[in-house]
Amino acid sequence: MGRKLLLEHINVPGINTFDVYRSKGGYASVEKALKKLTPDEVVEEVKKSGLRGRGGAGFPTGMKWGFLAKPEGVARYLVCNADESEPGTFKDRYLMTHIPHLLIEGMIVGSYALGAAVSYIYVRGEMMPQIRILEKAIAEAKVAGFLGKNILGTGYSLELYVQPGGGAYICGEETALLESLEGKRGNPRIKPPFPAIAGLYGCPTVVNNVESIAAVVPIINDGGEEYAKIGIGRSTGTKLISAGGNLVKPGVYEIDLGLPVEEFLYSDEYCGGIANGKRLKAVVAGGSSVPILPANLFMKTINGDARLMSYESLSDGGFVSGSMMGSGGFIAFDEDQCIVRNTWNFARFYHHESCGQCSPCREGTGWMEKVLHRLENGHGSMSDMDLLVDVSKKIEGNTICPLGDAAAWPVASAIRHFRDEFEWHVSHASEAVTRNYGLAHYADPLPKPEPKPEATA
Amino acid sequence: MKVTIDGISVEVPDGTSILNAARIIGGDVVPPAMCYYSKLAGSGGKCRTCLVKVSKGSEKDPRPMPKLVASCRTNVMDGMEVQNLTSPEVIEARKGVVEMLLINHPLDCPVCDQAGECHLQDLGFEHGAVKTRYEFDRRTFNKIDIGDKIQLHMTRCILCYRCVYTADQITDHRIHGILNRGDHSEISTYIQAAVDNDFSGNVIDVCPVGALTDKTFRFKNRVWFTKPVDAHRDCDHEKCNGKVTLWYKGEDVIRVTARKDVYGEVEEFICNTCRFDKKKTADWVIEGPRKISHHSVISSNHYETLKPLPVVKTNPVLQEANKTQFERETRL
Ligand SMILES: Cc1cc2nc3c(=O)[nH]c(=O)nc-3n(C[C@H](O)[C@H](O)[C@H](O)COP(=O)(O)O)c2cc1C
Ligand code: SF4
Ligand code: SF4
Ligand code: FES
Repeated sequence: MGRKLLLEHINVPGINTFDVYRSKGGYASVEKALKKLTPDEVVEEVKKSGLRGRGGAGFPTGMKWGFLAKPEGVARYLVCNADESEPGTFKDRYLMTHIPHLLIEGMIVGSYALGAAVSYIYVRGEMMPQIRILEKAIAEAKVAGFLGKNILGTGYSLELYVQPGGGAYICGEETALLESLEGKRGNPRIKPPFPAIAGLYGCPTVVNNVESIAAVVPIINDGGEEYAKIGIGRSTGTKLISAGGNLVKPGVYEIDLGLPVEEFLYSDEYCGGIANGKRLKAVVAGGSSVPILPANLFMKTINGDARLMSYESLSDGGFVSGSMMGSGGFIAFDEDQCIVRNTWNFARFYHHESCGQCSPCREGTGWMEKVLHRLENGHGSMSDMDLLVDVSKKIEGNTICPLGDAAAWPVASAIRHFRDEFEWHVSHASEAVTRNYGLAHYADPLPKPEPKPEATA
Repeated sequence: MKVTIDGISVEVPDGTSILNAARIIGGDVVPPAMCYYSKLAGSGGKCRTCLVKVSKGSEKDPRPMPKLVASCRTNVMDGMEVQNLTSPEVIEARKGVVEMLLINHPLDCPVCDQAGECHLQDLGFEHGAVKTRYEFDRRTFNKIDIGDKIQLHMTRCILCYRCVYTADQITDHRIHGILNRGDHSEISTYIQAAVDNDFSGNVIDVCPVGALTDKTFRFKNRVWFTKPVDAHRDCDHEKCNGKVTLWYKGEDVIRVTARKDVYGEVEEFICNTCRFDKKKTADWVIEGPRKISHHSVISSNHYETLKPLPVVKTNPVLQEANKTQFERETRL
């Protein structure tokens, strides 16, 4: 069992209040950073830690901070992305609800490192309770002298604001978030320029996920090198996974990166196995936008290695036989779940959430949804699968922001791995509306790879 | 800065976009552009028809770019090499974009005033497929009158945002832009409000399709039966210089527009008085017939398609990729 870095004190009564949080060692990283380290040294620690962005893309946080442009006389901003709306992901909400001061603490250290005098936490509009919790926490921190003018007498001043979001998934995309934060329609910007050069109000800006910012606290407390000792390879530290679906114990878990997926799924410490004694059919490992995998390919990579909960291992096999860590929204499907229905449901979400700026995503997401809806309701045809794959290819990579890709991947991967189930929905149309296809062979052991496989890409 | 597009090199100043570099070369290497409008700041990047492949990033960093890029919003680097028609990938992606733009389009060209000068029509003709694979109901909206001169036919809109930028940059008092999200997005309210503005008529000219049309010209004629003539008048609006194109049917001026270049962009925006209220020859000083590109349906009465570039002619892969276009050419 790994050490918990973020959720260590989550069960302490009153940890959401400043006093209890402080008594458990909270805000030590602010004292250490502001009094003993220069901003550049803080950035250096984060670089050493190997921390990778927890919002989905997994971009090294220290490197992102290092890229921030620092022109004379121009403000810089740190913006926390708390718009968490990816289906299957609910870790940030959990963290903000129960231990809000951890985020505030991380924001202070991060803002200090980047030289920001004003920072924002952009919270998903629907999360009104969390917005109030954060505002209360900010007020408490301010009274205690950790926010506002001349923090702890160090001369560093920081104002921290909470901004309720615009109520759209797309506002979680970092440039759409900045537009929305500026009070405009949440349309993603065309990049370049990147936020590190011209972000909020045209000033250099870093956008980070809630969990990435919270992870800065243990990194500063223990040192980057210490943090990097946890995990495996380039996947360092701990990660919050929000596990949902047909599990015995769904919930938010903090794992050491590199934990075998089997242990995560079946051990009593984590998910405790599949609910109701059913068998696992498929897994979406990192939120709805990552490719879905059948049980067998999820447990083992195509080369027969046990899969681990790490950025590298989950994506082992690329799009052909792998998936992604994404945002850590782990969804397990048991044998009674219908992949066609689920794929339609995801497609419906992306159709609904496309901002509508660029034609492939605006029109293509709606098209895919309609075809999937037809398939699910027994009116599909055998050519629909190829059509879906083709439409998804026309969207993927041709759009302004990654929402287009996020809409294309679940559809393309579902058809890649579950094509027989889709075909069954056409060939047994009337049966398909009354019962599910079942587990089929999706949990069977993987066939041994050819001695010298030609296409392992 | 030297940039090579489809094998043709050109020197351009720093900060030029790939699209504009291609326009300097001219001809078939120019990617189609449905949303970019050189006179509107911030436009472009949305329709994705101008996607091209950057096969060499620059002299310094020769790595190709991982994805296709929107040529209207990507600036050239010294030594960059770009593929437009010479990349099968680009042709395939563009075909996809055209198909996407058309799946919810009503295709009511026979009753649409824009037919003949519609960029979507041209685009579909040059880069699209013959048949659609879309088998669902198309999205529809009610027609909206924006004041007494302009009609918004949202069903035809391709959401290029040009009129939004026009309302924002050319007219005063922008109220709003786009309502709703995704494929329910709708151009709205601000235009209705902007109608009092002296320059609101320009949204008709920037609209690449028949979504914003001139009510004073509605159903009067097909554009290819009208005769364009350049003319000017001494306009007393301080921002309008009165340079227009008059569209004649017989002796009558049935429409006034700004002067448009080969890419359908106006040379200068004109005021509503010139556009809507001056429809007598006596109001104008006639300069002479408007030169219309011989590619245009307006001058030739039919569509002409691509001629194979020299590079395409010698390369079987590219010939294959461009096949449908050339076949159509020979059919005509
Ligand atoms: C459509 C879309 C939605 C996104 N939603 C979120 C979100 O809700 N929360 C988040 O942290 N990142 C989200 N992201 C990722 C952000 O764009 C950005 O990469 C992230 O906030 C960077 O933070 P990190 O480096 O700490 O991961 C989204 C991206 C896209 C394309
Ligand atoms: S990909 Fe979709 S969500 Fe992203 S900018 Fe384009 S239309 Fe908007
Ligand atoms: S109305 Fe015309 S100009 Fe405006 S967004 Fe639609 S297509 Fe573009
Ligand atoms: S013209 Fe470049 S994306 Fe529309």
